[in-house]
Amino acid sequence: MYAKLEGQNPSGSIKDRIAKAMLDAAESSGELQPGRRLLEPTSGNTGIALALAARLRGYPLTCVIPANVTAERRRLLELYGAEIVESPGEEGSNGAVRLAIELAERDPSYFMPFQYANEANPRAHYEGTGAEIAAALDRVDVLVAGLGTGGTLMGAGERLRESFPDVLVAAAEPLPGDEVMGLRSLEDGYVPPILDVSKLDRKLLVSNTEAVSGLRLLLEREGVLGGVSSGAVVHAALRLADELDEGVVVCVLADGGWKYLSADFWDATDVDTAMGRSVWW
Amino acid sequence: MAAVRIPPTLRAEVGGARELEADGSTVAEVIDDLIERYPPLAGQLLQDGELAPFVNVYVGGEDVRTRDGLDTPVRTGDQLILLPAMAGGS
Repeated sequence: MYAKLEGQNPSGSIKDRIAKAMLDAAESSGELQPGRRLLEPTSGNTGIALALAARLRGYPLTCVIPANVTAERRRLLELYGAEIVESPGEEGSNGAVRLAIELAERDPSYFMPFQYANEANPRAHYEGTGAEIAAALDRVDVLVAGLGTGGTLMGAGERLRESFPDVLVAAAEPLPGDEVMGLRSLEDGYVPPILDVSKLDRKLLVSNTEAVSGLRLLLEREGVLGGVSSGAVVHAALRLADELDEGVVVCVLADGGWKYLSADFWDATDVDTAMGRSVWW
Repeated sequence: MAAVRIPPTLRAEVGGARELEADGSTVAEVIDDLIERYPPLAGQLLQDGELAPFVNVYVGGEDVRTRDGLDTPVRTGDQLILLPAMAGGS
C-alpha cells in the first residue's frame, strides 16, 4: 500500500491543486480580472487553499463555511485574510453550497470558482495527482480517495486508467451524523456536477468511528498524522486490500491532522458522539 | 429480513422511526416492502422506477449504484442505509 501525502502541499491539503487550477483557468478565460471578489462554499481546505492563492494574486475572498467546522480551519482562513460567512451547521456542506449560490446570484461582483462544478478541479487531478502517481509506480491495482466534490476520483482515476487499464477506482464516503443532515427533504440533496458515479468502481461508506480507527492505525504504524478523510481512505483501502491476493493499493491522503487537533475524537471512546455534530470533510 | 436505517429527512414519512425492518432479497424488494407500508416514501425514493437522483442506498456499507443497483442482493441480517446525497469537498 502506498499513500500520497497531500498534506505536504503549501497550505496543507490537496486543495492547493484545484485552487491554483481554478484561478488559472478563470484568469486565462478573462472571467476573473482585477477588481473582482472571490466567493466559495467550503468546509475548510478549499477555502484555505483559495485564500493563499487569492492573497498572492490580490483578490479578496469570502468563504461560506458551515458554522460547526473546527476552530483551526476558521482561524487559518482568518489569518490568510478571508472573510467568513457562516451557513447553518445542521445543513452541513449542502447548506454552504446553497448560501454561496444565493450570495453569488445577488452580487455579480463575486466570482465563484465553485469547486463542485468547475472542470479545472478534475483536470488538476488528471494532470497533477494522477500523473504523479502514474510516474511514480509501475503498477496500480486500486486507487482510493475521499469523495467530496469527486474531483480527485474523476481526474486521477481517468489518468490512472490510461496507464493501468484494470485499475479499480474506489471512493471512501463519509457517513454523516444525523445532526448535520438537516435537509428539509431529499430534494435538497446535492450531487456535484463534476461527479459521475458511473466512473467509480466502488463507493464505500465510512463511519466516523471507522475513519478514526484508520487515523489511529496510520499514526501508530506509519507515524503519519492524517486528517479525518485520510483515516476514512485508509479504512476503505484496507477493506479493498483484503479482497486481493496481491496487488498495489494507492491511497490519496488529502490533508494532515493538524487542523483537527482541537477536536476531541483522538482519544474519545465514543467517537460517533464526539464527531456527530460537525462537518469533517 | 433486513434492517433499514432511515435518515432524518424521511422519518416523518415513517412515524419517526430511525430504523425499520423490511423484507426482500434485493434492494428493489426491500424498498417495495417499505413503500407498501409507508406509501409516501414512493415519491421520495423512486423516480421512473429507478432510485431518485438524490437518494443513496448502501448495502454492507457500499453504494448500490456501484454494485447492481436495485438488483443488488440483500441477505438476512444485512443493514441497508438510506442517505440523501450530500455535498462534501472540504
